Amino acid sequence: MIENFYYLFLSLVAGFCAYRAMISKQLLPSALYLACVSALVSVMLYMLGAHEVAVIELSVGAGLVTVLLVYALSVIGDDTYDPTSIIPKPLAFLLVAATALLVGWMAYPLVSQPAANGEVLLANVLWKQRALDVWVQVALIFSGVMGVLGLLSEKTHPQEIHPHETQAAAEGEAIAVQIEREIHV
Amino acid sequence: MTLNPLNIILFGVVLLLAVGFYGLLITRNLIKIVLVLQILVKAVVLALVLAGKASGNLGLGQSIAATVIVADTIVAVVALALAVQVRRRAGTLDIARISTLQG
Repeated sequence: MIENFYYLFLSLVAGFCAYRAMISKQLLPSALYLACVSALVSVMLYMLGAHEVAVIELSVGAGLVTVLLVYALSVIGDDTYDPTSIIPKPLAFLLVAATALLVGWMAYPLVSQPAANGEVLLANVLWKQRALDVWVQVALIFSGVMGVLGLLSEKTHPQEIHPHETQAAAEGEAIAVQIEREIHV
Repeated sequence: MTLNPLNIILFGVVLLLAVGFYGLLITRNLIKIVLVLQILVKAVVLALVLAGKASGNLGLGQSIAATVIVADTIVAVVALALAVQVRRRAGTLDIARISTLQG
């Protein structure tokens, strides 16, 4: 009974933090609320018995992704611009409510029965049954390193030169040519 | 209607999915879209482990959830890098203003 209360409390707080992360005007509090969601989901995963995934989720979801978000915000600035949504909000709410009801209705019979026994170790599954996944993850991590390099690079491209800079350079060249002509005259 | 921990976690999964879908529909800020996608993926990770627990094969659910976490992190990194470059070049993060597919 008390376990049910814990799960309900964690689910409600995670939903509240997710909602706050979504509606917050500034992006930095949104990133912090997202870290809270990740930590609460990690606790739920741990209580379910998925200890390894809980640790991965806590370190990656609440740690690495939050650090990357905060770094990206420090680079581009906390953009508080919040334009109106393309879809009307009542229509979006109706769509989401219908989708949530459909998912709950379809998934409820699967979890209403008591959990079956017969646990298999994660290491056996990961290294024997799903070895291809491990290689895919290696390739993905390589892509992630490339992405981090893209995030950190500050190389300026020729298109990024502002128009007033090119105009000032042209004016400088024109003055130099005029002075040269006056000297010759 | 029986109330067991798996039912309650299913409620949490549906709640997170609903918040994520709603945010994905109404937001136009590129960084916030990445953030909302993270919420959706957290719901999916929880659902995968829940399915593994319900079917008695928690190891399989955990392994797929770990793969999803890695893929999601890479997606977040690449998307943030793209957002930073878009902000530097276009000066905005509004997806409606940076779209070049308008007729």
